[in-house]
This record gives sequence, C-alpha cells and structure tokens, in this order.
Amino acid sequence: MIANPVLRWAVVVAAIAYLVLATTSIQVNWTRVARGLERSQRLIAEFLRPDFVSRWSHIQKGILESLAMAVSSTLIGGILCVPFGLGAARNVSTPVVYAFCRVVIVLARSFQEVIIAIFFVVMVGFGPLAGMLTLSLATVGFLAKLLAEAIENTDPTQIEAMRATGATWLQVIAYGVVPQVLPRFVGLLVYRLDQNFRNSAVIGIVGAGGIGAVLTTAMSRYDYSVAGAILITIVALVLLAEYSSGLIRGRLR
Amino acid sequence: MPVLSSNGRRTWALRDRRGALLQWLGRFVVVAAFAVSMQYISSLTVWAFVVDSGRQIGDLFDRMLPPQWAYTPRLWQPLWETVNIATLGTLIAVVLSVPITFLAARNTTPHPVFRLLALLVIVVSRSVNSLIWALIIVALIGPGVLAGIVAISLRAVGFIAKLLYEAVEEINPEQVEAMLATGASRMQVIVYAILPQIRPTFVGVSVFRWDINIREATVLGLVGAGGIGFQLNSAINRLMWDRASMIFLLIIALVMISEAVSARIRQSIT
Repeated sequence: MIANPVLRWAVVVAAIAYLVLATTSIQVNWTRVARGLERSQRLIAEFLRPDFVSRWSHIQKGILESLAMAVSSTLIGGILCVPFGLGAARNVSTPVVYAFCRVVIVLARSFQEVIIAIFFVVMVGFGPLAGMLTLSLATVGFLAKLLAEAIENTDPTQIEAMRATGATWLQVIAYGVVPQVLPRFVGLLVYRLDQNFRNSAVIGIVGAGGIGAVLTTAMSRYDYSVAGAILITIVALVLLAEYSSGLIRGRLR
Repeated sequence: MPVLSSNGRRTWALRDRRGALLQWLGRFVVVAAFAVSMQYISSLTVWAFVVDSGRQIGDLFDRMLPPQWAYTPRLWQPLWETVNIATLGTLIAVVLSVPITFLAARNTTPHPVFRLLALLVIVVSRSVNSLIWALIIVALIGPGVLAGIVAISLRAVGFIAKLLYEAVEEINPEQVEAMLATGASRMQVIVYAILPQIRPTFVGVSVFRWDINIREATVLGLVGAGGIGFQLNSAINRLMWDRASMIFLLIIALVMISEAVSARIRQSIT
C-alpha cells in the first residue's frame, strides 16, 4: 500500500514497537481477574435470569424518559442545526460565517455525550432535562455537519438559475436548495432519532435521566438480575428503533 | 402531478387529497409527540434549578479558568492508557470480527444457523454502548485498563462485523465463480476471491472505528475502566474544576488529532 519501501518498513517497525510498548504497559491485577472470573459464573447466571417484575415501575419510567428525551432532542436539534448547516455549506455561505459555523460544529462533536451531560447536570440539576439538552447539542453537531455536506453536494445549476432571476439569498435557499436536500435531511432526522435513543441509555450514568440511570442504580446495588432485564429491554428497543427507522427511511427514498 | 377539479375549475397540486392528508397527519404526529415529550420532561424537572442555571454555569467557568497547567505532567500516563485502550480494543475487535463476518454474510456462511448466531452476536454487541459494556466488565473483572480494552472491543466487534458482512454480500460474484470453477476450496475462495475485494472497506472501517473508540475511551474511566476518564471523574467529584478543564483541553486535542489521522488514512486508501 505504501510505495516507498523504507517508509513502509518504518511504519511496520513503529507499529510493532508501539504494540510491544502498549501491551507491556498494561498493569493487570490478575488475581482480581481470576477472582472475578470465578464469580462471573454466578453473575452471568443472574444476568441470564432477568427480573422484569420487581422493579418494573422504575424500568418503565426509565424507558418513557429515554423516549421523551430522544423525541424532543431530535426535533430541537433538527431545528437548531439548520442555521449552522447553512452557514457551514461553502456554496451558500460567506468565509467568515463558514469558519465560525465549522468551529461550532467541531466543538459540538469533539466531546463524548457523557462529558456534555456532566455540564448540563451541573447547570440544570439531575433528570431528563439535562439529558434532553445534551442530546440536542450532540444532534446539532451531527446534523449540521451532514446537512452542510448535503448542501455542498447539491446541483449548482438550480442555484445558479435562481440567482440569474435576481432572487434574494432567502429565495435561493427556499427554492434552489431546500427541495434538493429535504429528503436526505428527513432521512437523517429519523436516523438521529434512533441514535439519540441509544445514547439516552448512556448519559444516565452521570445523572442525566433515562433508562441508563435505572441501569446504573441496579448495577451499583449488585442487582444483576434487574440489570439483565434492563439490558434485554434496551437491546429489544434499540432493535425496534433501528428496524422502524430503516423502514421509514426506505419509504422516504 | 394530480389535477384537482372543483365546480368546473381545475387546479394543479403537488399532492393528491390522500397524499396531502397523510402529510398533515405526519406533521400532526410529530408535533404531538414533541408536545407530549416536553410535557413529560418538564414534569420531572425542578425549575428552581433551571432558573439558577445561568449563575451556575458562570460560577463553573470561574472555577474552570484558568486550567491547572501544572497538572498536565500527571496526565500523560492516563492519556497514553486511553490511546492504548482504543488501539488494542480495536485490534482485538478486528481479529474477532473476521470469522463473524464470514459466518454472517449470506454468500459465505456454511449454514443458515451459523448465520443467525453471528447476526445475533452482531446485534447484541451493537445495541449496547461501550460505556454500558464497561459497567458490566468492571463488575466482572474489576476496574482497570483491561476492562476498558474488553469493553471497547465488545462494542466494536458488532460495528466492524456489520459493515464488513454487508460489504462481503455486495462483492462481485464472478471472481468467486471463477475460483470455484478451478476447484478451489472454501478457504481458498475466501482468501483469493473475497478478501482482495473487501480489503479497502476492511481498512477503512477499522480506522474509522479506531477514531470513534478514542472518543469513547476518554469517558470509560467514569465507570472505572481506565484511561483519562478516571482522572476526570475524581477531579469532578472533588470539585477541582481547574483540573477538569485541563483534562477537557487534552481530550479535545486527542480527539482532533485522531480524527485527522483517521481521515488522512481513509483518504489515502480510496
């Protein structure tokens, strides 16, 4: 793959050196691992005997919170991403606005959701509102980037034709750009709804509500059969979300 | 384009009556779902905290600035660990995903039962986030870097295997046929007819996942699975926000570097 043999072998040697360094620098407490693996049989047995009943009301509340967070954050993010998406598309933006919007997008995307959630929990307290704000922000970063790419890939002749008629910027966007990117944008929204539901299961670990909060509680109480039930619920719901999102996106096309 | 006619006048419309009704129904469902969700979330919110949030965030930034630069020397080791968790986790996942890929692809699976099992593995791996995998693995083998590596690879296996088996199903069948016509065994067909076709996808997907794994590895420490997230957790628990902001800066730098490296490699293979 690399034409220059010196460079190729340098890369191979560097990779091997890194691997040796990395594997030797891991400190593993093998006695703890051995003890853990001994216990893990009991643990896995408990996971495989899921208990849906005793904490069902908590699980149900967690699912509802996750769903509410996913739906609202997708819509909020979907609306807020539009100005940034337009600004970050080179063909309809000016250089200053372009640079600003790109920086916003990079910042919104470089942190893992959990880190953003920490901030929002400090701001507005524990609960699903913090989760909703987190997911909205992550959605803005994701959708704005892809929307900008979709706008940059539009057919320039339609935009040119609009400009030739003396249309204002807003008219160019409304009649030249929107019809071209709308189907893809709606598809992305549906995809993001699915993603947001998945992520809502994680940010509960730092107190931002949703099914993840219920799971963390169950794990820290060593309630593994309840945790098993929650995991199965998450897997089932994610599957359902993925299937229906694929179905909707297929119909949109 | 449908033409609607009412008392002798014909009007052109984008949609017929049924399409228009369906569109309005769709809009209504979206708005109603949003309203119900917001209502539910706000019923679970303590608004006194929200009113206070401006002051809270100002206070937070006061504590975060300036970042504690002197703390950096103690962060190189965890940062190195984070990179290792992501890289070794990706490597293990790549190795594990190869057999799963060929069991899951319709045109290479030895038997539909194997295909179903492989798809089940992919689904379970993909639908559980690596942070949740870490939560479970830490409970099993205790906290540390090893738990992080295992968690990352458990999540990445499904991701890589899914994209790869889709690529295998879309290969050009003529090369496989040509190999079979020479009397090649199943292994030989995979090595000489299929692998060369999916190699670019294989490298691309692995590098892409490595880049995602770096981002995920930065937070695994929050549940005790090693890496810089551990320092972040203790900084936040002890309310040392100037340390936390230093860690945030390093995370941004790491994520940006890994993203650039991954984009560069993926560009050069296509």
